[in-house]
Amino acid sequence: MIDVVHIFLFTFLAVIAIAVIRLRDLFAAVMLMGIFSLLSASLFTVMDAVDVAFTEAAVGAGISTVLMLATLSLTSSKESMKYARPQPLALVAVVLTGAALMYATFVMPRYGDSTAPIHHHVADDYIERTHDDIGVPNMVTAILASYRGYDTWGETTVIFTACVGVMLLLGGGRTFYLWRHRDDDDDEDGAV
Amino acid sequence: MIRHVILRALSKLLIPLIMIFALYVQFHGDYGPGGGFQAGVIFGAAIILYTLMVGLEAAKRVFRPRVLEILVAFGLLLYGGVGVVAILEGGNFLDYGVLLHDPVHGQHLGILLVELGVGITVASVMATIFFLFAGRGRSDV
Repeated sequence: MIDVVHIFLFTFLAVIAIAVIRLRDLFAAVMLMGIFSLLSASLFTVMDAVDVAFTEAAVGAGISTVLMLATLSLTSSKESMKYARPQPLALVAVVLTGAALMYATFVMPRYGDSTAPIHHHVADDYIERTHDDIGVPNMVTAILASYRGYDTWGETTVIFTACVGVMLLLGGGRTFYLWRHRDDDDDEDGAV
Repeated sequence: MIRHVILRALSKLLIPLIMIFALYVQFHGDYGPGGGFQAGVIFGAAIILYTLMVGLEAAKRVFRPRVLEILVAFGLLLYGGVGVVAILEGGNFLDYGVLLHDPVHGQHLGILLVELGVGITVASVMATIFFLFAGRGRSDV
């Protein structure tokens, strides 16, 4: 029964991906990518990875779509036809990479295999120790915030750096400059 | 600024619920799915919805860019600060067990604080980035 759901979701993902590639209307493509993210989130839910599904639904289907629409409102919602002619070299590169990736899947453990190495590297240790060490019921939170706290700290720094980058590119840093020079001009808040 | 009555009424109804849900996801992350990152994104989405409803300038009077900029750094510093306090208490960086007398309670407190830091940073980053994108292409930017 669960296989039927998997096949159903994966088929839709493939159909939407092909549709996004073929569309020239970027507005429709952005909307389809939102649906793609929502379907991915459903897939993660079916796989019992609810924390990942939550993130995918909030970021992929929510914020990314809004930011891409905001970008479209600044540019054009039609794809440029500059690269519309066939690119044989690109096709060869994509086919070769795809074939290599598919070849690599043959030696991977089967989907859902409980003896796969990924499930026995550190996972056993976490599952055994979380209850006594940390005592929070959600093991994902325990691993992310405590066992792997250093990684999460790095991820937060990445988000911070991304924000600083966007501020530098789009001019958000002016707020602080204007705040320091607020005595020069009265209506600086409206000009930010 | 949207003058459409149905959209305005629905947004007014939804925004407080979205914000409460974000706080629930934030502080219930130890017990159910979710955590600081997801909560921050949901809170950011509520701010974006508010901005779409009332317009950029009105939203900036409520969520001041200056305050958001400080919050972006504050969340990260809160996270790092917990790590530094752990060092001062005699443990390793981000080793929450030493924060309180009982290691398990220390872990609870540490996780709560760092998740709060992540949530604050992510929410203010999302709002800041959206404000910058939405403010682009105007004569006054």
